[in-house]
Amino acid sequence: MTTTTPVEEDGVKRRDFLYIATGGIGAVGTAMAIWPFVDQMNPSADVLALSSTEVDLGAIEVGSEITAVWQGKPVFIRHRTADEIKAANSVDLETLPDPQADTDRAVKPEWLIMVGVCTHLGCVPLKESGDFNGWFCPCHGSHYDTSGRIRKGPAPLNLAVPPYSFIDDKTVKIG
Amino acid sequence: MSFEPKNPVVKWVDSRLPIIGMLHHALNDYPTPKNLSYWWTFGSLAGVMLVVQIVTGIVLSMHYTAHVDMAFDSVEHIMRDVNYGWLMRYMHANGASMFFVVVYLHIFRGLYYGSYKAPRELLWWLGLVIFLLMMATAFMGYVLPWGQMSFWGATVITNLFGAIPIVGESIVTWLWGGFSVDNPTLNRFFSLHYLLPFVIVGVVILHIWALHTVGSNNPTGIEIKDKQDSIPFHPYYTVKDLFGLGVFLIIFCAFLFYAPNYLGHPDNYIPANPLVTPAHIVPEWYFLPFYAILRAVPDKLGGVMLMFGAIAVLFALPWLDKSRVRSARYRPIYKQLFWIFLLDCIVLTYVGGKPAEEPFILIGRIATVYYFVHILILLPLVGLYEKHKPLPSSISEAVLDEKPSAKEAGNA
Ligand code: HEM
Ligand code: FES
Repeated sequence: MTTTTPVEEDGVKRRDFLYIATGGIGAVGTAMAIWPFVDQMNPSADVLALSSTEVDLGAIEVGSEITAVWQGKPVFIRHRTADEIKAANSVDLETLPDPQADTDRAVKPEWLIMVGVCTHLGCVPLKESGDFNGWFCPCHGSHYDTSGRIRKGPAPLNLAVPPYSFIDDKTVKIG
Repeated sequence: MSFEPKNPVVKWVDSRLPIIGMLHHALNDYPTPKNLSYWWTFGSLAGVMLVVQIVTGIVLSMHYTAHVDMAFDSVEHIMRDVNYGWLMRYMHANGASMFFVVVYLHIFRGLYYGSYKAPRELLWWLGLVIFLLMMATAFMGYVLPWGQMSFWGATVITNLFGAIPIVGESIVTWLWGGFSVDNPTLNRFFSLHYLLPFVIVGVVILHIWALHTVGSNNPTGIEIKDKQDSIPFHPYYTVKDLFGLGVFLIIFCAFLFYAPNYLGHPDNYIPANPLVTPAHIVPEWYFLPFYAILRAVPDKLGGVMLMFGAIAVLFALPWLDKSRVRSARYRPIYKQLFWIFLLDCIVLTYVGGKPAEEPFILIGRIATVYYFVHILILLPLVGLYEKHKPLPSSISEAVLDEKPSAKEAGNA
């Protein structure tokens, strides 16, 4: 028993404070030392310096589609037919799992541009197939419509629309 | 411990580091129930397979290149140019399958004979941890050859974590080290694939330590009562295990030399293409039951939770099973449920390998529901209401009571 640590009125000793302060500093220091080991796994600077991709639309005929690559991901660029645009606009938004109007998904209705990655677990859906004549993901059976919206199956969200802008009538810049 | 070494060198070492005594104790003095059947061989076979994977893996690493532009070609280089490279790779690839066969049999053995019950709960848990680590290791190993299945398997499985609310997406990016599965992903998977097997070795040591503390279960499920019930592990079970190993190696070699690609998937001989998903992607066979459960739920988060839940519930088994009787031998109802459960798991495996369309979706859903009903509802209820058969008073009595002919069959 030591007599050098006087007992305070509320029972808290100087030593209790020292224990907690030391433990606390130790915990914070350890956490700070661990962080670099966790963060090194995040995208590195060169990966983050993401490029944008420019795509020539001239060769894509009505009713056909190409797949461009952006950030290592496939991007579908579809020149939609009038029927496809009509089908995409004649849907009651209330009935959609992820309600979004076709006009919010395409800057120009004839050009549908979206990331070709199934929002379920990341497979690349197949074009012109499925119950809604849009895209069908064979991995676990997700059906997307002609606007790339999820209609049926396990995927929770519509196919994502990347940031893009039209440089001129024939060229689009993605990213 | 009755270990008194005569050899002066052994004596010198053991008085400074009692490692030889420890091994002697583990093999010679470990009292083992005298009635263990061949269902008790799979533990040592799993140990052998772990060693096989580590040895062949170290060899493969000497010739393999973990880079997206070179990985596929380096595996082909192993197959065509490296001396005996084909053998090393086929041993490693088929070895992974054999490892899972053995471990699944080992787990179902435990389910049948109630080996997870007190006092073996921690032993059971450590086994499940090994199982989880094996799944992670095999998954990352399968990514290394960088074929189509490697790439899309990696994509689908890492995306599972995207189902976690709020932080899901950041976690997936963190796992990938980018915005899709790419070179950083391949590199870290190689690093971890090399590391995890050694972590498994560590957990295996704990597993065996726990085993030697509580002792082996046996086909009767009753504990050793006196010396009559047990025999030393060595030479009796070392020899029995070696014979089992011989039979097992025949089967392993049959795959290795006559059907080395039977358990694999032809799409993995196509180099990875991030823009095209194969029409029908399936994981390796040992993941199929869990894959079937994932696909049975028409909701992303729900599917992922149920899939992980399928393994999580196994941790609760020692407390869900209310019966004090361990072995299904003396549990007439549980015995039948066990076989139905096994059948259910086989159905899940079958469905998991089929495309996501009817009737497989419906069958998969029924089988998934039954999986959880068995563990969460039937097991506790049966434990409470079942009338078990009379238990023998000791292992010796059980062994001696069997008719000579039955005894031969039972002990074979
Ligand atoms: C728990 C033990 C292990 C399991 C279950 C396992 C599983 C696998 C699997 C399934 C593959 C893919 C085989 C293919 O289709 O080509 C693989 C590849 C590979 N593994 Fe392992 N492995 C284990 C231990 C190790 C260890 C300890 C190392 C290194 C020291 C290693 C190094 C490699 C290498 C370099 C490859 C790529 C070459 C190839 O694909 O054949 N593995 N592993
Ligand atoms: S990844 Fe498309 S449905 Fe699962």
